[in-house]
Amino acid sequence: MLKYIGRRLSYTLMVLTLISLVVFLIFDLLPADPAALTCGKSCNPQVIEANRHRLGLDVSVWQQWWRFIVGLFAGREYGEAEALIQCPAPAFGYSFNRHECVTKIISDAFPITLSLALGAFIMWLTIGVTLGVLAARFKGRFVDRASTVFVLVGTSLPTFISGILILLFIVIKFKLVNPLDLGEWANPFSDPFGWLKTFFFPCLTLALAYAASYTRFTRSNVLETSSEDYIRTARAKGLSEKVVLRKHTLRAALAPIVTIAGLDFAGLLGGAIITEGIFNLQGLGKLSLRAVLVDYDLPVIVATTLLAATFVVLMNLIVDILYALIDPRVRVG
Amino acid sequence: MKPFLEVNNLSVAFPTADGVVQAADGISFNLNQGETLAIVGESGSGKSVTNLAIMGLHNRAKTKISGNITLNLSDRSIDVINSSEEEVRKLRGSTMSMIFQDPMSSLHPYYSVGDQISEAWRLYNSGSKADGLKRATEMIDLVGIPDAAKRVREFPHQFSGGMRQRVMIAMALVNNPKLIIADEPTTALDVTVQSQIIQLLRDMQKEFNMAILLVTHDLGVVAEVADRVCVMYAGKIVEQAKVDEIYYRPAQPYTIGLLQSIPRVDQHQGKRLNAIQGQPPSLINLPKGCAFLDRCDFSKHVSGNLCAELAPKLEEKADNHYARCHLPAAKIEVLAKVAK
Repeated sequence: MLKYIGRRLSYTLMVLTLISLVVFLIFDLLPADPAALTCGKSCNPQVIEANRHRLGLDVSVWQQWWRFIVGLFAGREYGEAEALIQCPAPAFGYSFNRHECVTKIISDAFPITLSLALGAFIMWLTIGVTLGVLAARFKGRFVDRASTVFVLVGTSLPTFISGILILLFIVIKFKLVNPLDLGEWANPFSDPFGWLKTFFFPCLTLALAYAASYTRFTRSNVLETSSEDYIRTARAKGLSEKVVLRKHTLRAALAPIVTIAGLDFAGLLGGAIITEGIFNLQGLGKLSLRAVLVDYDLPVIVATTLLAATFVVLMNLIVDILYALIDPRVRVG
Repeated sequence: MKPFLEVNNLSVAFPTADGVVQAADGISFNLNQGETLAIVGESGSGKSVTNLAIMGLHNRAKTKISGNITLNLSDRSIDVINSSEEEVRKLRGSTMSMIFQDPMSSLHPYYSVGDQISEAWRLYNSGSKADGLKRATEMIDLVGIPDAAKRVREFPHQFSGGMRQRVMIAMALVNNPKLIIADEPTTALDVTVQSQIIQLLRDMQKEFNMAILLVTHDLGVVAEVADRVCVMYAGKIVEQAKVDEIYYRPAQPYTIGLLQSIPRVDQHQGKRLNAIQGQPPSLINLPKGCAFLDRCDFSKHVSGNLCAELAPKLEEKADNHYARCHLPAAKIEVLAKVAK
């Protein structure tokens, strides 16, 4: 098992290296010029060239990439003498739009995205799996039909509508949250209530969309597993329906959910652009959107892209390990 | 002494959108302790439906079951059909156990075979997990799986088909049941393994004095192990007799057809295998006459339109030999010889 994990980790590193290289190459091909963008109104070719040098854009794309990789481990310095800027390792670069090291920007935004993703993840798993199991257990009865309605509404309502509706009712109609508090970061450990106030409704918005598809997935998985021969065997042994469902059906039916849940969660860790936008959360999604659309902030884009890719690749690894623990058939010898 | 299992006028029907499927109709038979009764018939003849009814495994909400299935235990008698689901559940795995057709899919892929056997044991015995595993090891050893102490911790996918069927048997026997229902236990296995499994079942039967209800469409297996045979067709028993009677003096055209369609080693090469022509009737709206009429070679010897007008009753044609045909047994015997 350890050997397997080690091998997978080395693959992961390779993938991430390649992704970083691809991101650099794509930016090299783009027609916009970050150096020109940084120099504002009083611009002349000398200033642009000077900025280009300060940004480290005056060398080949391969060299830029290599400096980035070195910076990750050794930290980076920009400019000289009194204009010297230092970014300690792991340095993702320096944002000349925000005048901050990217690592600092990311580490400010990440807890927000993590809170949103984790909260939503817990909510949608709870709602989706519970409702799905109930719907399968009472197939054709009221719970099942109610869940069908929920699934229909949940999957057909995009987050930008459900989010705005929630915002409308919670903030404007019922005034449960002060609009000025929206997006206010609160430490979940020292101020759990404040954290909940900020994140509960954004999480709910995200969770609703996912919960719907998880309900449907769980329901069909449980039903499919129920008709397996080994479930009949479990009944023939004399196990009660409760034990058959809990120990035999769910164990097999929920295993595939681990896979998709892990990947969905990893995807969200890269930032939930729409939900963060609606609820004014300064998370990774909003950060990368701004960096791409407004600032053309290469270091930030590289960092968020790499981070998102890292989450996906790492979560893949975690899911594979979990799956091996759940299903003995995929255990490696 | 009363027989251990009495099935009396059992009917199982499934209401569907197209009509009521009469899967088993008026089934009656007895089974004594230590005896083996084989139920043979083609797919859809109601064999498995009958078994599942005995085990109480039909979904009561979706199935219409009538008649009586009585288990005469040493201290009491229980009617499976008219007892509560909870009461029947407690019989499963303790008094009666079932072995299924496909050992590949009948074991839970996520639990070790030891866990699965131990689970069955601990349901009716108080003992720790370690006790359960010890008992499982004994059982695995008993059914002839070598290196039991190691294999008990392995998972079903690490076993071959025959070995998995041994595991199923070990699991079925773990609580010393009085009745084993084996639903085509050898169909999914290759021939050499088949005979090993059959031999194992016979050994176990001797050791624990169990009644075995063997469902199969392999007449070779029947000849080897059964004491008595029920032949089923279109949801009804069409012939019931001692095993020798069935093979040497079949009294029903369908049984004769089945026997003639067994491939023979001594048969002339290049000759086509005998087959019963046609298809069994749909179990929705069965004909008013004999269900086998369309496929029967003997009906022309019945006077008038009797076969189409009147479904034959199960009659005692000889001592303890019951068959469902308008033709007398003696006549059938003559005709069958001519047909050969």
